[in-house]
Amino acid sequence: MRHSTVYTILFAALICVFCGVFVSYAAVSLKERQVVNEKLDKRKKVLEAAGLIQAGEPVTAERVDELFQNIEVVAVDLRTGEEDPQVDATEYDQEKAAGDPARSFRAEPNPSAVQRVPNHAQVFKVLDDSGQLDMLVLPIEGLGLWGTLYGFIALDSDLVTVRGLTYYRHKETPGLGGEVDNPRWKDLWPNRRLFDEQGDTALRVIKGPAGPPSEDPYKVDGLSGATLTANGVTNMLQFWFADDLYGRYLDNLEGATRSAA
Amino acid sequence: MAAKKQEALIDPLFNNNPIALQVLGICSALAVTTKLQTALVMCVAVVAVLTLSNLTISLLRNQIPSSIRIIVQLTVIASLVIITDQILKAFLFETSKQLSVFVGLIITNCIIMGRAEAFAMQNGPLLSILDGLGNGVGYSLILLITAFLRELLGSGKVFGISVLPLINEGGWYNPNGMMLLSPAAFFIIGGLIWVLRIWKPEQVEVDG
Repeated sequence: MRHSTVYTILFAALICVFCGVFVSYAAVSLKERQVVNEKLDKRKKVLEAAGLIQAGEPVTAERVDELFQNIEVVAVDLRTGEEDPQVDATEYDQEKAAGDPARSFRAEPNPSAVQRVPNHAQVFKVLDDSGQLDMLVLPIEGLGLWGTLYGFIALDSDLVTVRGLTYYRHKETPGLGGEVDNPRWKDLWPNRRLFDEQGDTALRVIKGPAGPPSEDPYKVDGLSGATLTANGVTNMLQFWFADDLYGRYLDNLEGATRSAA
Repeated sequence: MAAKKQEALIDPLFNNNPIALQVLGICSALAVTTKLQTALVMCVAVVAVLTLSNLTISLLRNQIPSSIRIIVQLTVIASLVIITDQILKAFLFETSKQLSVFVGLIITNCIIMGRAEAFAMQNGPLLSILDGLGNGVGYSLILLITAFLRELLGSGKVFGISVLPLINEGGWYNPNGMMLLSPAAFFIIGGLIWVLRIWKPEQVEVDG
């Protein structure tokens, strides 16, 4: 059957309008739910790093909200190391800011291959029942073997002892570098010390096994077959906890805690 | 007529399986079969898109100008896929994150356009729905068998529940890491095609 050119064009236009309406309707009407999901997902990762929930454990949105009652979200200005109340920390999207030249700055060449550092970092302060700082959850990212690993590290209120480490996105090889997700490996992190007596970042992933935290406070077991991923983890701790990034904020925080006590 | 309906539904399962005989849709079969759960969601998505696209194309088949039929099919399929993707993101967020781009890539899954062009353009709506369902289930069958073997041998689990206790969790099973990488799916699908052709020798191509 042959159709005229006018018919063909009209038909094509009609199909486009119909499909367009359906797709937009679906996208707009489901938007709200999707945004809620994304937020919930990110919050779960923060809670996982803080050890408040187990990885993969089914948690309801209510439970997450309840746990977040005790968490204060702050935006830390990485240029000054001060908390910046001007920024709405809860809604702040650090990854987006890192890609925006107006809201980020160029990083010195570093082995973590971080190109731009956002002006602000979204930091989560876990408070205890009396409102005192119990734990600090800080976002970290850096190059592994195949790509950037994105995660959170949780520090105790002494700002030295690690309470947990979780990566929520990476492209490492399953079974090798992908073992950064292994709960058994993640269990090796709590109670290690991130900084040595001089205040330098000392914690690193070594080759082979390390002792328990009391004997080897600055070492974590390597991942067999994944030296480059392990080095990536070490590098990103070095990068983010340097004096000019989180180091400065932790110093400020320490001073504030001391003067309060 | 009844026989034809049955044929449209049942034939794609074994006699004319889209993966095993037509060797279509391999890309997603490699990517989403490391876990049964992701494979299952992918299967449901493909069955839904395939059935609905077959229905839509079949209803429009007498109106579609033949000069632009392929692009009309593509538009319909793409719209259905985007809607499916949106629904997954809204209701099954965790799984949709693991499926990542592969739901979007259903658009390029040859099975769907293949059925639209080869079947729905010539047949009525009811037959086309059955054909869509049959091909979708045929695809799912291969995907689920592959995912079952990969998850069981690669991580000792079925639907995320530990079946073979792993050595590094205190059990006895040493997981086969290769099962988690894409080539494993090639081996398993190849094996399935082999078994199917032993059972149904008429599927073996004659060497020209």
